[in-house]
Amino acid sequence: MAVAEPIIANDQDTGESELGRRLARTWCQPKGFWGWFSNTHHSDIGVRFMVTAFIFFLLGGVLAAMIRLQLIRPEHSLMGPDFYNQVFTMHGSTMIFLFAVPMLFQGFGVYVVPLMCGARNIAFPRLNAFSYYLYVGGALVLWGGLLTNMGPDVGWFAYVPLSGPAYSPGHRADIWSQMITFTEVSALGVAICLATTILRHRAPGMTLNRMPILLWEKLVISMAVIFAMPAVMIASGLLLLDRVVGTHFFNPAEGGDVLLYQHLFWFFGHPEVYIIFLPGAAIVSTLVECFSRRRILGYTPIVVSVVATGFIGFGVWVHHMFATGLPQLSESFFTAASLMIVIPTGVQFFCWVATILNGRLQLQLPMLWCFGFFFVFLIGGLSGVMLASVPVDLQVHDTYFVVAHFHYVLIGGALFPMFAGIYFWFPKITGRMANAKLGTWHFWLFFIGFNTTFFTLHFLGLRGMPRRVYTYSPDMHWQGLNVLASSGVIFMTAGLLVFLANVIRSLRVGEIAGNNPWRDAGLEWSMSSPPPPYNFLHIPTVSGRDPLWEDPPDQPVVVGLRDDIRETLVTHSLDADPQHKDEDPGPSIWPFLTALTVSAAFVGSIFTPWAVPIGAPLVIVTMIGWLWPRGQSPTPRPSGES
Amino acid sequence: MSSLNEPIRGPLTLDVSSLPSVAFGHRNTTWLANVFYMAIEGMMFALMFATYFYLRTRSTDWPPGHLPPALTYGVINAVVFILSVAPAWWVRRRAPDGNRRAVRNGLLVLALFELAATALRILEFTALNCRWSDDAYSSTLWVLIGMHSGHLVTELIETLVLFAISLTPKMEGTRLADAAINSDYWYFVVITGMIVDLLIYGTTRFL
Repeated sequence: MAVAEPIIANDQDTGESELGRRLARTWCQPKGFWGWFSNTHHSDIGVRFMVTAFIFFLLGGVLAAMIRLQLIRPEHSLMGPDFYNQVFTMHGSTMIFLFAVPMLFQGFGVYVVPLMCGARNIAFPRLNAFSYYLYVGGALVLWGGLLTNMGPDVGWFAYVPLSGPAYSPGHRADIWSQMITFTEVSALGVAICLATTILRHRAPGMTLNRMPILLWEKLVISMAVIFAMPAVMIASGLLLLDRVVGTHFFNPAEGGDVLLYQHLFWFFGHPEVYIIFLPGAAIVSTLVECFSRRRILGYTPIVVSVVATGFIGFGVWVHHMFATGLPQLSESFFTAASLMIVIPTGVQFFCWVATILNGRLQLQLPMLWCFGFFFVFLIGGLSGVMLASVPVDLQVHDTYFVVAHFHYVLIGGALFPMFAGIYFWFPKITGRMANAKLGTWHFWLFFIGFNTTFFTLHFLGLRGMPRRVYTYSPDMHWQGLNVLASSGVIFMTAGLLVFLANVIRSLRVGEIAGNNPWRDAGLEWSMSSPPPPYNFLHIPTVSGRDPLWEDPPDQPVVVGLRDDIRETLVTHSLDADPQHKDEDPGPSIWPFLTALTVSAAFVGSIFTPWAVPIGAPLVIVTMIGWLWPRGQSPTPRPSGES
Repeated sequence: MSSLNEPIRGPLTLDVSSLPSVAFGHRNTTWLANVFYMAIEGMMFALMFATYFYLRTRSTDWPPGHLPPALTYGVINAVVFILSVAPAWWVRRRAPDGNRRAVRNGLLVLALFELAATALRILEFTALNCRWSDDAYSSTLWVLIGMHSGHLVTELIETLVLFAISLTPKMEGTRLADAAINSDYWYFVVITGMIVDLLIYGTTRFL
């Protein structure tokens, strides 16, 4: 049992006490080959999510560079139309489904949320590990498809009828559909883990109105995932059924409807934009507060804006379908809704600016990336306001103007904050500081390269260049702007190489970070870097929004949790009062084995529907293995049972 | 175990050793996760219902050139579903008392109801009066009932596994809470089943 010895509050940093040693023994993860697959600790799984997603970001970037190389001059024969279709489809699908969401929502969330909550692990750690393996399964299916000439070639949203059985024979569109199933189940699993962690594992005292904004945003995103992702699973699932077993959901000849697919897809697709943007905004809110050296201004308006964004995000999907001939009334409604979403985003922007102006700004490397975000995302937001207007949208529909817009929104809203976040939490994750000088080079190279490429694309779009064409004729006079756009790739590539060099160098010889190199206020900075396997020597309590800045030195800590089993504390969803103790299920190989059987069933179903009845029993066996209780639980029986 | 079940607040510590190790109902974390699962699956059902009504607007006749599904098996199964709420309610009520025998018996009766519902469901498939590949109407009908059958079979397996656990000494603490949560999930399966029935057997007759 934990010893109620005199304790100094916030003394979380040393694992050298007797208690630290006992906790380390209890919470350690298995080693070795099979141990790697049995690991269920959130910090390890979070890092794996991030590293894997970053690898796919680099692969997606290689595809983007190939696209720019192909378009550098008219009638370029580097790629034929068939391979080009696969390349741009793979680029979009990889960046959205294998990079943006797994990196920013799953990776960052899984790593940082339990630490910010003051918890020893994420809720449902086995589900979390399962979600990781399933995500890897989806990624391998998509890229395995490309390597075996089955790379999807129907665009990242795979519209019917093009992706239907009549126009896309073979298995390319099937691969896309099933990749969606893999990655969405993975995101849904993580959403449940994160939402439960935030609602039930916050440190005592961390009431809802003391919750860091990042936790608010993760909670809202988890809810958006829970309500949005089913739509894309239905869309891609029905598409797969149309293709594999001959249903007619999207076949107008038999009473089906192609627009139904677009409705289902964009009912997911637009909230997805906020699922990608809000994690970036969460990082920015955290960093603006830290580097302005003051409490964030407008905590309540920001939280209300984030929640409002989550809701309004579900009411704007039809603005992706303005060119489909919908009734004018519905177009007007969705124009208004699309314009309305500017308000909560604007509120957040003004709060950030006000915080910076009223604080003592320290322009350190992570903050530099935040300024990049302000600039780039603002331009993306402004072109978004233009596109919300139906006449403008119809004029530039399916041109490079739209490509420019959504790259400004997604790279501005996600990638710049992501690098800010990587540089900010790198010391916590690795124990060493990233090199600021190299980071600054990385920033400027990437910033210049990005704007060179994508600002130019606005003008190409206004001059009528459609997206998704593999080449163009010389008399269109698009070459000059295409050369300019492609030249930006050189700078972006150089920036990324500097980043990789910085990571490799800093991992080896970077300055030792210590617990809290940025002197931030969040609980994640109260323990050593990298965190010990039990995260907190004592579960902390908090009495303010910025615990490490505000809490008195004698702030109480939680005692009475057992250290011989993985005991955790469950608190109330609203006021975070301790309610009961729970037990972390610990490491297990079964989530990995279950992910294997589920993957086999998913992949098999592309080729034969019999894979479902054959695969299901295997999945059931592995799930029983996962959930079957082992040994007698040492926890006492519930009250009432003698 | 302390009868207080409250944390003890000291000057430097918050002692939680007297808190219970198991919670039932909304305090249980798995209960919350189960609510999220039901939200996800409820959303999938809602979107399929929307798909059904959307496709209805694409056709002048409904059902288009088919007889509506025959009622017999569907109605019998609806009665089975409604009656099955009783053992689920029983398990949910007795689990917090730690009454293992009552929980075991309740799980057995619930599993038998679910088994009967599964068998009747197979017969329902034979009485739909259409094949999934006939047209969009038929596809929707098959996917609606197929999706629900997936939930039915999942729940049957879960109940059987919990029943198997209840035959061992492992049915204690959190497992009892799991048995109660299983009942919540069964309520969800029954409610969605009723709506699916209303669509398949009802709206095909009067829409």
